[in-house]
Amino acid sequence: MLDASYYEKADEIIEHYGHSQSALIPIIQDIQNEYRYLPPELLSYVAKKIHINEAKAYSVATFYENFSFEAKGKYIIKVCDGTACHVRKSTTVLERLYKELGLSKEKSTTDDMLFTLETVSCLGACGLAPVLTVNDQVHPAMTPDKVSELIQELRGESE
Amino acid sequence: MKISNREALTTERLNAQKEMERQQVRILICAGTGCLAGGSDRIYARLQELCKDIAHISVEFGKEIAHVGIKRSGCHGFCEMGPLVRIEPYNILYIKVQESDCEEIFHETILQGKPIERLLYHMNGVTYTAQEEIPFYAQQTRIVLKNCGHIDAENIDEAIANGGYQALEKALFTMTPDEIIQTISDSNLRGRGGGGFPTGYKWKQVARQKETIRYIVCNGDEGDPGAFMDRSIMEGDPHKMLEGMLIAAYAVGAQEGYIYVRAEYPLAVKRLQIAIAQAEQMQLIGDHIMGSDFSFHLHINRGAGAFVCGEGSALTASIEGQRGMPRTKPPRTVEQGLWAKPTVLNNVETYANVPLIIMNGSDWFRSIGTEGSPGTKAFALTGSVKNTGLIEVPMGTNLRKIVYDIGGGIKNDEQFKAIQIGGPSGGCLISTDLDLPLDFDSLKKRGAMIGSGGLVVMDIHTCMVEVARFFMNFTQNESCGKCVPCREGTMRMLEILERIVNGNGTLEDLDLLQELGETISDTALCGLGKSAALPVLSTLKVFRNEYEAHVIEKRCPAGNCQALRKYIINPDKCKGCSKCARNCPVNAITGKIKQPFTIDIKKCIKCGACQENCPFDAIVVES
Repeated sequence: MLDASYYEKADEIIEHYGHSQSALIPIIQDIQNEYRYLPPELLSYVAKKIHINEAKAYSVATFYENFSFEAKGKYIIKVCDGTACHVRKSTTVLERLYKELGLSKEKSTTDDMLFTLETVSCLGACGLAPVLTVNDQVHPAMTPDKVSELIQELRGESE
Repeated sequence: MKISNREALTTERLNAQKEMERQQVRILICAGTGCLAGGSDRIYARLQELCKDIAHISVEFGKEIAHVGIKRSGCHGFCEMGPLVRIEPYNILYIKVQESDCEEIFHETILQGKPIERLLYHMNGVTYTAQEEIPFYAQQTRIVLKNCGHIDAENIDEAIANGGYQALEKALFTMTPDEIIQTISDSNLRGRGGGGFPTGYKWKQVARQKETIRYIVCNGDEGDPGAFMDRSIMEGDPHKMLEGMLIAAYAVGAQEGYIYVRAEYPLAVKRLQIAIAQAEQMQLIGDHIMGSDFSFHLHINRGAGAFVCGEGSALTASIEGQRGMPRTKPPRTVEQGLWAKPTVLNNVETYANVPLIIMNGSDWFRSIGTEGSPGTKAFALTGSVKNTGLIEVPMGTNLRKIVYDIGGGIKNDEQFKAIQIGGPSGGCLISTDLDLPLDFDSLKKRGAMIGSGGLVVMDIHTCMVEVARFFMNFTQNESCGKCVPCREGTMRMLEILERIVNGNGTLEDLDLLQELGETISDTALCGLGKSAALPVLSTLKVFRNEYEAHVIEKRCPAGNCQALRKYIINPDKCKGCSKCARNCPVNAITGKIKQPFTIDIKKCIKCGACQENCPFDAIVVES
């Protein structure tokens, strides 16, 4: 059971967008922005509030890649693997990150809840390829070594 | 100020222009994604501090220059050279500026108008002082992107000073809806989102529906990897696109509109929100626009990370709060689109062209570009090219001009291999296509398509089989799963391609790929599915020898595919330091100290750790 504050926050967001099916996506987007993930309890709660069945809400939430039912790390690193980044060797950047953080395709968040590593198809910053973002801040022209430095910096910051 | 009649817009424009002319020296610091990442905010702070006591100088953050905008600027396209600082009235463009350069810029250029040689752009021994003379800019025809980077995208006054909403005024007060549709039809404006469908015809179909509730939808779900044209317009000159939507709404009698923006473009969303709020305040959006009988309301929807939502019927489903999956057509979107009502669905760049056509007429528009594809097209030029960035050229411009004159040639002067156009729905063009005019019809004939306008340049170090695998991986990931050909077909094609790049492919696999690809193209439900196999079919046709090298000789000619790489130690360069052997995770490297080491091919897992760590560059990949 989530803390009551979660439901209050959800109510606030629902009020803003209204109680219709078309409000579902914006509502759960805002909830996810708030908590960096979508608590499943809140999805059920929202479904009830906007009068759609839970299965429907679940089908929508699982269709879109942005929604995550699992809590994410403090730093969400998104490595761009768009065409331009790919051609400029984004794979080596990703591989170094996997190694540095002890993560893999299957395991995307570190146990200390500090880092979540994801890949995205394109961040639209192709001129700066290869790029990655840390909590939406863009880091351009990455190399494996720059990645290692960055991780060290972030680790230092969080201490 | 509210614009409650026609004259008020003119007054507002004159006032805004006066305000802009007041400043004697304008320093424009790019606040685009890249320049900001390069520290342009610190440059801004420093210059502002230096100039704070001088009244006739204005330091502006993010108003100008190259590229993507994060603060307030629009993309001017020259991302590669950031952080950029432009100084008017001299039109000097400084590239790769650092905080430590600020003092010199202040004393030399700002106070005395002298350019600083080392900060200027150099190419082939020529130094370019004025931004407009740099070949990257000089060779372009910037019409749609004209304001991008030259105005403050978060200030409606600057848009108005540059003629914003003038076309809407003309349309509302001097033209009938039919005349507007006729003008757009005469101009032969074709959809910039990829398909190239005539915009005027689309509008006409919506206008003649019996149902009177109609919608205008803007597709800003620019999902093609390697494309960022629409993003730049939304971030750099949002009012131009809003104005286009308003004109469309008036022409087809729509009351409400939606803009669907990709989740990955938070800044575009923010800029659009600001632009809409400012326009509403001035009565340019909302009820009784400019005091007329025309009312129109606009909403923004953020995407949630589904490429398929770039397809029309999937996009409208997503706005309705459903899973974003395409449906069978007919009925078409123009008949039953959003909430099953007649809907005009165009992309960002298409709408941004509309005010220009209304202002200057269809004949003017047709004088640019080719007969079948008039106007200009924005392209995102990326990959192995010297000047990456956003460009705008007339339709029909050939690749040679784009890659060599504007793009400055291939990075590190490597050999040109191919250019991938149109993203995961497009195809590859090769050196013999360099003189092919880029327009809808010529490309279609070549089995490629303009798509949304991504151009990714590849040099000889890029493996085309790997590129095909990359795109198939993308499409397979993004397939919505509704129809079997796309869901299962892309999965099987990906399996085959993975087999090939891992050195386990056979010749039969190539035929199977071809057959599967053709079947998907013939039978998939939506446009994205139908074109999903294009990158494979196109490379299979043009680079069949490369595929064959992978399956027959188990060799990657570009030296790109990891599993097919063969690492060898050059005995002439190896000093026998043993660093590689110590770094090898599988003990595949042996040798005596101070004598050349060797790699045991059978043990090697091709991880590349040895090459990364060799201090003498003695380890090479044999291709």
